[in-house]
Amino acid sequence: MRRLWRWLIPLAVLPVLVLLAYGFRMSPRDIPSPLLDKPAPTFALTTLEGAPLMLAAHRGKVVVLNFWASWCYPGCYEEAPILEKNWRAYRERGVVVLGVAIQDKREAAEKFVRDFGLTFPNAQDLTGTVSVDFGVYGVPETFFLDRQGRIRVKHVSAVTDVVFRETVERLLAETGAR
Amino acid sequence: MRAALRLLVAAALVAAAIASASAQSKTVSEETVHEVAVQLRCVVCQNLSVADSPSEMAGQMRAIIRERLAAGESPDAVQRYFVQRYGEWILLSPPRRGFNLLVWLLPLVAVAAGLAIVAILIARWTRRARDAAEPVVVDAAMSERIRREVERGS
Repeated sequence: MRRLWRWLIPLAVLPVLVLLAYGFRMSPRDIPSPLLDKPAPTFALTTLEGAPLMLAAHRGKVVVLNFWASWCYPGCYEEAPILEKNWRAYRERGVVVLGVAIQDKREAAEKFVRDFGLTFPNAQDLTGTVSVDFGVYGVPETFFLDRQGRIRVKHVSAVTDVVFRETVERLLAETGAR
Repeated sequence: MRAALRLLVAAALVAAAIASASAQSKTVSEETVHEVAVQLRCVVCQNLSVADSPSEMAGQMRAIIRERLAAGESPDAVQRYFVQRYGEWILLSPPRRGFNLLVWLLPLVAVAAGLAIVAILIARWTRRARDAAEPVVVDAAMSERIRREVERGS
């Protein structure tokens, strides 16, 4: 009986240690999106230039939807040139890059677009409705939509060149009859 | 006469404005918005509810809650909308079912186990103290021996 007790107490600590070891290895920023493989919510915004920006208008293309903010440093500043470069490289192949600035001042957002020479459409989400519709909880976040308009990949933190190209190539390679 | 008519019209307009304002506040009261917001996690904060956070995102989320309630959605439906977008992560207290039950039950189990251990230990300690307090029987031969040993020791 006494020997049992001597072992029981350290053994009781073991599950707690395992739980902590598991918990502390997880990134609190890694939150699985329930929207994956679901049709993307539609939206209609107005670009900074004043043109209408509707997601539905890009059905049939691979859409890279990027949520950003001019105050999001360094993440958004790292990925902006990468998005622009790949937008130019892929636009002829049926890929469209759309930018949505959230919680931003108009002048600051315009300066950001000017500074990076962004030529893809960028719009402000003034009410936050689009952000919440997409379950955005920070910037930068990027959604990759397939030709059927489904959210296939959600990328949290700055998009790298490799992530952009690999994801877009994979979605372009799909025949569309998925 | 005309002045009186004008006054009457003005009074009617004011009354209508008050009535419509109160009707609007009746459909979506601040409390109802708060009740929904307080259960949702402010997505850009650390451990703050949408009701408590001063951030712009939380303000926008409160506006969305108000809008949806005003459109006739029930508070449960509004909460479901946020869960559909963000997952159960958005709820500050996990729903009491399935695997989540563990989170609710484990603390109770731990407290019960702790109380049991304390009870057992207290019982054991008091028993030992009682055992030690029992008087030791010393016969004549033993007391003689103790006396001798003490004397030799000094």
